[in-house]
Amino acid sequence: YAKYDQTICSGHSKDGLCTGSSRPVASIAWSVLLLPPTTALYVVLSRFSLFHPLQWLTECLTVLTSASAIFSFILLCGVVLLVGFFNLEYYSVVPSIACSKIALLGHVLHPRQFFHSLVHCIMGVVVAWCCAVTIGGRYQALGEVTGTSHGPQMCLNENHLVLLLAGAFVGYSHSLLGLVHNMNYISFHTVQQYKYLCFKGTLPLVMRASAVQALYSLRNFLALYFFMGYVPRAWVCRTLDLQVDSSVYSLDCVSGLLDLSLLYQLWISASFLLFTWYITVLLFRIFVTEAYSFPVQPTFQEDAHQCLPEVITGKQPTILKFLALQDLARLSNHCPSRRQEVFSLSQPGGHPLTWTAVNRECLSLLSDLTERLVSHHDNVASNGRTNRSWVLFPPPGGSRSWVLAHVHHPLTSSLMSIIPSRLPSCPSSPHVFPHVHHPLTSSLTSSLMSLTSLTSSLTSRCGPWPICFMMSDWVLFSLQLPEASSQALFADSQAHIWALEGLSHLVAASYSEDQYGVVQTTLPSILSAMLMLQEAVDRHFKLPHASSKPGRSSFSMGDSSYKTLRFALRATLKTSIYRITATFGEHLNAVQMSSEHRKRLQNFLEYKE
Amino acid sequence: MMCSLALFPPPLPGDGETSHYYSKDEFTTDPSVWFEESHALNLYFPRESLKPHSRPESSSKAAFRDHCETLYTRSAGAWRDAGLSGLLNEIANSSAEVPKWLGVSSRCVLALLQWVSSFHGSLFPHLTLSSEEMTAEFSQVLDWSDCAVRGFAWHPHTQKCAVALLDDSIKIYNPKSSTSPTLKHRLQRSVAALQWKPLCASDLAVACHNCLLVWHVDPTSLSTRYTHTHTHTHTQPHSPQVLPQRFHCSPSRRPSSGCAQVLSHPGHSPVTSVAWSPSGSLLVSASPRDTAMLVWDVAVESCVPLHRVGGGGVTHISWSPDGSRLMAATPSSLFRVWETRMWTCERWPSLKGRCQSGCWSPDGSRLLFTVQGETVIYALTFTDTPGLPLGMSGGPKAATVVADLSETSLDTPDGDTMVGGEIQSLAWDPRGERLAVLLKGDAGAGRPAMIAVFKTQINPAFKLLPCGFVQGEPGTEPRLMQFNPNFRHGAQLTVCWSNGKITHVAFYFMSARVPQPGVGGSPPLPISQGRPADYVNQTLYTELIS
Repeated sequence: YAKYDQTICSGHSKDGLCTGSSRPVASIAWSVLLLPPTTALYVVLSRFSLFHPLQWLTECLTVLTSASAIFSFILLCGVVLLVGFFNLEYYSVVPSIACSKIALLGHVLHPRQFFHSLVHCIMGVVVAWCCAVTIGGRYQALGEVTGTSHGPQMCLNENHLVLLLAGAFVGYSHSLLGLVHNMNYISFHTVQQYKYLCFKGTLPLVMRASAVQALYSLRNFLALYFFMGYVPRAWVCRTLDLQVDSSVYSLDCVSGLLDLSLLYQLWISASFLLFTWYITVLLFRIFVTEAYSFPVQPTFQEDAHQCLPEVITGKQPTILKFLALQDLARLSNHCPSRRQEVFSLSQPGGHPLTWTAVNRECLSLLSDLTERLVSHHDNVASNGRTNRSWVLFPPPGGSRSWVLAHVHHPLTSSLMSIIPSRLPSCPSSPHVFPHVHHPLTSSLTSSLMSLTSLTSSLTSRCGPWPICFMMSDWVLFSLQLPEASSQALFADSQAHIWALEGLSHLVAASYSEDQYGVVQTTLPSILSAMLMLQEAVDRHFKLPHASSKPGRSSFSMGDSSYKTLRFALRATLKTSIYRITATFGEHLNAVQMSSEHRKRLQNFLEYKE
Repeated sequence: MMCSLALFPPPLPGDGETSHYYSKDEFTTDPSVWFEESHALNLYFPRESLKPHSRPESSSKAAFRDHCETLYTRSAGAWRDAGLSGLLNEIANSSAEVPKWLGVSSRCVLALLQWVSSFHGSLFPHLTLSSEEMTAEFSQVLDWSDCAVRGFAWHPHTQKCAVALLDDSIKIYNPKSSTSPTLKHRLQRSVAALQWKPLCASDLAVACHNCLLVWHVDPTSLSTRYTHTHTHTHTQPHSPQVLPQRFHCSPSRRPSSGCAQVLSHPGHSPVTSVAWSPSGSLLVSASPRDTAMLVWDVAVESCVPLHRVGGGGVTHISWSPDGSRLMAATPSSLFRVWETRMWTCERWPSLKGRCQSGCWSPDGSRLLFTVQGETVIYALTFTDTPGLPLGMSGGPKAATVVADLSETSLDTPDGDTMVGGEIQSLAWDPRGERLAVLLKGDAGAGRPAMIAVFKTQINPAFKLLPCGFVQGEPGTEPRLMQFNPNFRHGAQLTVCWSNGKITHVAFYFMSARVPQPGVGGSPPLPISQGRPADYVNQTLYTELIS
């Protein structure tokens, strides 16, 4: 695999990385290359027959070499390419977190997501059609000729239809679940491995996940088909002018659906579909998050925009900034020679340009987060007060239909106007989050306020009506998914974690490696930034719901690591401060800082935090 | 030059057996605790006072799980407890209640499973051991199953230590506070190893029977105590008389989940070894039943399994002090050295037995290891600078023997004494000046277990020089040892003895290589003022190395 790795490494040149195209292209190419073995495995499994092993194998061979199989294979390649393209288009390194159920609904109904779902639905049908062709037999075609008393007649083959519909359903639910579980979110792993080993390690999990997910989707599909199956059947019959063969059972009854062979084929096809798509997602993640080593200093002037300090300070695209921060964390920990370059002075002038750029960017990241946390904390405190005044409000009244109509309108419209604005799931800067949070809360609060004034004016006219109060309660409840606001605050904290690691390792290394003292001049600002963040994080974790851990979910392709990023940030922050205090020890007493910070630092020096 | 035991000064039997444990009244009841001037903690846990948990699990469970429960409930319980084989066993045993074909088929599948597992077991004999036996077999503690002290860990930065006891509790001692928190948890059973998180004040990782626990022991609340269902914190002014009553009434309270994190992974049990990365960011755990070594991100509670073929499990792991490499021993004659940047590994097969123990030099350039069934210490030298691409390229090609600890008889005033034999564990002091070797001994052959200490010299050539033996009171044997990382004046070896005592042996020297900024001038005199001579022979107090 070393060779494979090298070819990939040489494959993406620097500018390729900067345009952000070569890695995704390589990942898609690999997923297309992996399609033949997967398809062969699928054919073998779908034709499985225990009692005729020889016939089974020869049939598989003939199917694999037939023209229809090759045609459907080309179709499958197209589907995989399209899925890869969608991954590239929709991925983000910062998860989009819906702070309420309404917001989640808004995400689902957003045109962009709708398009995603629609295309996945169609692709599901295409894959299912390919599967049907491959399986052959009674699943082969939509129409079949049956001889009846009136002569041969074109009849609907319901098995085929069920297979296609199942494909559509699985495709749609893949898209929907991908949104709910943030499958587009790409997380970076703390343990870096070579791509091949990483892939090999995750492959069994992906297999299991696709099989299990196929099972769940199938269950839901069958329930749906049991109740609603006649609708698509009638529609297809009418459109294609097919007859329903009354001599065979229709499938939307218990006995029809309990056909074991049909269930097996459905499950195997759904697993195959999900597996190929998951593999594409997995390869994309592995390729995109692979560590990249940026040059610390440019060799030539024209390469200057590709070196670490430039990329770190750049804003777009976020993935590049993340990769640069990751590289900073790694070089500060592992590479003494590259650390030396960071500490070095510029050749004419003798300014520590590299260190200044890195330090400034890291500190601004940290202070951003501090600011965000402090404002959120203040906001929660003030919101808590307004909420309480809300609860104290006397139960308002009104005529039901009238109030509902008027209540619903401002609320939903204001919500709908907010939600799309926060949907672009890849915010260019961390500033997005406070803005995201505030308009949502404030506008809702204001609309709720208008609601109360409305209803209170109504109270005088009509009798008391508790349901309206319940509804406003419900709105408040659905407004706050309690943990989500905390998760949203820390959504991009991976960047902060790397900044903290990079800074603390560099500072610790500077104790012995920094020849010109470039780091020591900035030590007070670094320490105060970290201590201020520490205080803000401590305060945040005292809020209700902030320190509650999400239940560990069983493996699915959605990456839920963003839910626990705040814990990782807290741990890294402490470790970083300890790293500095452990290295410098008593020397820190000579550093200028406020008495409050000194007190906090003393706690760290005595290992009491 | 290879060092052997014949060069050692003979141990002086019966020397220095002055009473060590001056019992102050308030400590006579509980494990006695007192502090020297050097803030060392001498502890005593009499074996009789500790009740090991009686847990022949299956038998007691079978007794409790009454047969009036329905078959379904029992099967669900068996599935939860013991997986597929438990379920099949339950079905096969209750043949009266199940249809005949189900009973027969489950018996057939069970037999097939047993046949497969016995085949697997013949490849990897250690898989036939029970969990407890496995922990005892692969633990670094000598005679783990009957040892009062099952684990010991110094905090890497402060004078604080954690002691795991036979009754599955963990006590934490800090010379600055006179109370010692006790950590108990429902899942904290058969503790095999424990380690404090580096660059952190309060996190303690514990390798338990079937999970990994990470405790957060709040260092500021002095009388923190975690009781019974364990995880709530009492913060109150310390008053020893009041505490016991208070705690006895508290077990009914619900635990808050903040104090202990439970990290478990299917198939990863028993956990026999844990190691924090020196930068404090990752935790690695190993189990002899699991071929994968787990790398945990503790804050996020996620793990990455690192699978490699061969070995049949991982028994002991040890992280190099600079964090660039990790040694992982397996139950078969193979061990691996991982490079922690890209997590690739180097295999070291073709040993005579399994790798029993290993330790790293402080700069991470040298690995010493011992092999079961052999009486020598091997060394591997890593010359490359870690962090270069393909970091293993400069690795060593062969291990060299640096010390021979085969049996020799030494001439003592009482007659000849046999010393030497197989090695249980190795410990290298954090400055790289002393190496302690715990010899297994052999009671039948009249060789007691004892600790041999070497002086180590790294530059210009790596060399082990004889230093001396550490012996306990007559009739006691060392079980476990660890160097105190916070001893200013040299090296301090903490030894847990078979009678439940924990003592500290100091080696005073000026570090030749790393001058400590804090220690100026001459180090304090070795033997403390007015106190009875220390536990060990005089020979251990070596001359100053300037």
